[in-house]
Amino acid sequence: MSDAVPTPVSAPATGAVAPQITDAEREELRRHGVLITYFEELYNWGRSNSIWPLQFGLACCAIEMIAAATARFDIARFGAEIFRPSPRQADLMIVSGTVTKKMAPQVVRLWNQMPEPKYCIAMGACAISGGPFKQGYNVLKGVDRFIPVDIYIPGCPPRPEALLNGLIELQKKIRGEHLTGPDGARFTRPEIPSEFPIPECGEHDLVPPKNNALWTPPPSAPRKA
Amino acid sequence: MESLEQIRDRLRAYFPAAQVLIVTNPGVAAEHSLLVDAAHGRDIALFLRDDSALALDYCSNATGVDWPDKEITDSVKTAVPDPAGGAPKIIEQKTTRLQPGCLEAVYHLYSMKLRHGPVILRLRTANRSDQTTLPSLTPIWRSCDFQEREIYDLYGIIFEGHPDLRRLLMWEGFKDHPMRKDYVDPDDYEWEPTAHAQVLERAKAHFPAAPKPEVPKP
Repeated sequence: MSDAVPTPVSAPATGAVAPQITDAEREELRRHGVLITYFEELYNWGRSNSIWPLQFGLACCAIEMIAAATARFDIARFGAEIFRPSPRQADLMIVSGTVTKKMAPQVVRLWNQMPEPKYCIAMGACAISGGPFKQGYNVLKGVDRFIPVDIYIPGCPPRPEALLNGLIELQKKIRGEHLTGPDGARFTRPEIPSEFPIPECGEHDLVPPKNNALWTPPPSAPRKA
Repeated sequence: MESLEQIRDRLRAYFPAAQVLIVTNPGVAAEHSLLVDAAHGRDIALFLRDDSALALDYCSNATGVDWPDKEITDSVKTAVPDPAGGAPKIIEQKTTRLQPGCLEAVYHLYSMKLRHGPVILRLRTANRSDQTTLPSLTPIWRSCDFQEREIYDLYGIIFEGHPDLRRLLMWEGFKDHPMRKDYVDPDDYEWEPTAHAQVLERAKAHFPAAPKPEVPKP
């Protein structure tokens, strides 16, 4: 073991002392029944395996989300089966479906009421960009105009497997988060906002139509004249 | 069930003051409909529901139609005799007239009791701007409630006698009626590759084309 090239375990946080043990050594110890870990990894492991989603659905994607919770697909395998009816108890907002302009203030309000750490999955084409209703009069052109989105799941609607894949991606993201330091997770840094202004329903459109601090239109692609 | 002409004739006999017309549908479906003036709309609807031969007790659908002002060109051909004795000249005169637009509510009526239908009933407003009132048929068919609210929301027809006339899909305080032909949607277009020419055209204002690369002169 001593002649193995030491590969450091992924650094937990800037400033923390990197463990003086290689992955291979850790694996060897684990086989002998000794588990060596560090607090951040353990904490994130626990968090990522008990994500409680907020129980709300907006359109047909919600049916797929419900299907993902049934016995056939069984979202409980990933520890996310406890759909909470209150935003105060939820970690994850699955925006499953079309966000109408009439509904958008309520979605932002629910997001504001969720405690950190919180995550958002935009499920389906409508939640991502407005989907087939993008140029309609009453559909928000993507929920990321008002709340930050962590995982985008394309599809119309995405199958339950796609939602589970999105959940696994979110778990990976949570496991990679740091609890301290300048590159720490969002909830460890008070300077990053966790609540966002709620748009008003105006005379013709939402006021403002988007949160400019959060979302800007894509840079002008070189368009052929 | 009686034919639509028979229903029309009976209605004319019962309501001599009412205007009852048949609007024909030239399509394959040939779903002709009854056009009734707004003043007698409520009475006629009540008659259609309570008449023992019709018993149209179920309104399955109520929807709106927007008819914008339309310019119609009529051409009249007149033969002018030639004073020299030749063949008469045919002069075509074209006149344009403005057919005023209106808003329309369409009701599809069935009879659950006698198992027939549909009878399609249309009501039209006087114009599209200030006289947009129609009698509500919700007191006659309870199922019209939400559908008339939707028509009010999206077309702006005001249903008199509706028990709870509020917007259904859009929020309170919204000013427009989005399903009208002259509705202008919020100008928040973005550039993105799309097959819709209209969207592309409006997106151009927000994302002007990249400047053309200068061709070096030889």
